[in-house]
Amino acid sequence: MSIAISLPPVRVRTFRVGNVGFWIGVAICSVVVLAAVVGNALVPHDPFAQNLNNRLVPPFWMEGSQPDHLLGTDQLGRDYLARLVYGARISLLIGITTMIVSGLIGTTLGILGGYFGGIVDDVVLFLITCRLSIPVVLVALAVVGLLGSSLTLVICTLGLLLWDRFAVVARSTTMQVRSLDYMNAAMCAGASTPRLLFREILPNIASHLAVVATLEIALAILFEATLSFLGLGVPAPLPSWGLMIAEGKDYMFFSSWVIMIPGVTLFIFVMGVNFVGDGLRSLLGAERPR
Amino acid sequence: MVRFILRRAALGLLVALTVMTLAFMLTRLSGDLAISIAGPGATQEDIEIIRKAYGLDQPLYIQFASWISRALVGDLGNSYFFKDSVSNLIAARMPITMTLGLVGLGLALLVSIPLGTLAAMREGTWVDRAVTVVTMIGQATPSFWFGLILMITFGLTLGWLPISGTGSWQHFVMPGIVLAMTATPALTRLTRSGMIEAIASDYIRTARAKGLTRRSIIFKHALRNAAIPVVSIAAVQLGFMLGGSIVVETVFALHGVGFLAWESIAKNDFPVVQAVVLVLATIYICLTMLSDILNALLDPRIRST
Repeated sequence: MSIAISLPPVRVRTFRVGNVGFWIGVAICSVVVLAAVVGNALVPHDPFAQNLNNRLVPPFWMEGSQPDHLLGTDQLGRDYLARLVYGARISLLIGITTMIVSGLIGTTLGILGGYFGGIVDDVVLFLITCRLSIPVVLVALAVVGLLGSSLTLVICTLGLLLWDRFAVVARSTTMQVRSLDYMNAAMCAGASTPRLLFREILPNIASHLAVVATLEIALAILFEATLSFLGLGVPAPLPSWGLMIAEGKDYMFFSSWVIMIPGVTLFIFVMGVNFVGDGLRSLLGAERPR
Repeated sequence: MVRFILRRAALGLLVALTVMTLAFMLTRLSGDLAISIAGPGATQEDIEIIRKAYGLDQPLYIQFASWISRALVGDLGNSYFFKDSVSNLIAARMPITMTLGLVGLGLALLVSIPLGTLAAMREGTWVDRAVTVVTMIGQATPSFWFGLILMITFGLTLGWLPISGTGSWQHFVMPGIVLAMTATPALTRLTRSGMIEAIASDYIRTARAKGLTRRSIIFKHALRNAAIPVVSIAAVQLGFMLGGSIVVETVFALHGVGFLAWESIAKNDFPVVQAVVLVLATIYICLTMLSDILNALLDPRIRST
């Protein structure tokens, strides 16, 4: 007869390919954050200063470029690099604030539904169903179109529309956590409901929420660019990447770099944020929802 | 089963009513509609006349009740700009949006089912990772920008396809590809997880024990079972794609429902805007209901919950 020796399970975090993606993502995001914070101090041009005598100067790798304007100038002669760097600020601002607004709404609904169950849960599920049946881009466009475009309005609208994934994930993870032993223990110890919700449930579903949060930032950035591209997002002189693509659209057949530069930047940044989210998922051991 | 369908239908109706309320409230956000309809040069009398003519002088709840009761019998009001009934406007443009949606969905399934199956068969290997990266690229590409790139490449440089408009089937190729790109990541992931689950199941082990070939196991047994959720999610995706087609239609100047909505928003033509929101939401609600019922028919376990 052999003696079973039970060792505590050792979880070794091996360095996998997924982790390489995570660090690439972190690097991309750091560059963008850095650009947003100090970028405009380093670029010698004002992103709003027009110079109509110096329009559509090509970027440094093309013929006819000027050493003064690394990425060239746009159709109004504004320095493209300065605008690109300022655009990082706008994307980042919208991404993070939208995530906070939608995260607050979604997490609250999800935890309430998952914890209390019954009628509360029915209401939460109903709200999620309603939210999913609303066409997001159309409604966001309509709100901005009717109320006039501003940064705050775009953030509020997107925040009020993009909470569904938070709610779904918070609800299902709360349901899993609710029946675990430490919850019973806390309940037996006489913990109040708010204490249970904030001290026991929230920290234990936080890793799942962190993954959703990064993915939501990416989503919000893409939505903002889409709204701005359609002319109903960030108002005109502000250099949002989506707006830069919209303004460059008329010139894209002759000088395609006008839409390539902001487009590629947007793509790489969103890719980076998604890489971080995906890496967080495997690092924190959070499963994909569903 | 009948009970399940009835309950599901009641839920759908309730959601539709909520969305109607939201769509109505949405268009009343901007304060005084009569002023925006009358335009900048209007006198006070003009505004008063418009307010009377469109019933905007009545209390909100009466406006709401009359809109709902007329919408339920299919009368969505009249457009301020086009001087035509909203139902006619939408009906005339729906075929284009539907064609675009179906082309997009078809292309998306054509890409995502093989990709998802491939990833599931080679789970954990570099093939699987490569497929994950491909889906992430699809997720991170802004659809409007992708559309512009296609226009430059295939429309201008290569000259293979028309750049915008709706004359022939070629006009739907590039918009279809762009719309397909937005749905492919989700469908690929779903096929992958469905296939992984199917491959790990008992009937696959039985099939393997019987000595069937790998190809027969994957295509005849696993894929058929994994296809059920994919097909039902495809219906839901179609709903999302119709909602998202506003971007694609605007980029390629396809005069479908999305383009109509975009024009109407710019012109403050709010009966059209609220009607398009309602129609798209209703289509989505019907599609999800259909997919839920389909799932319940195929899988008896769902009915009891």
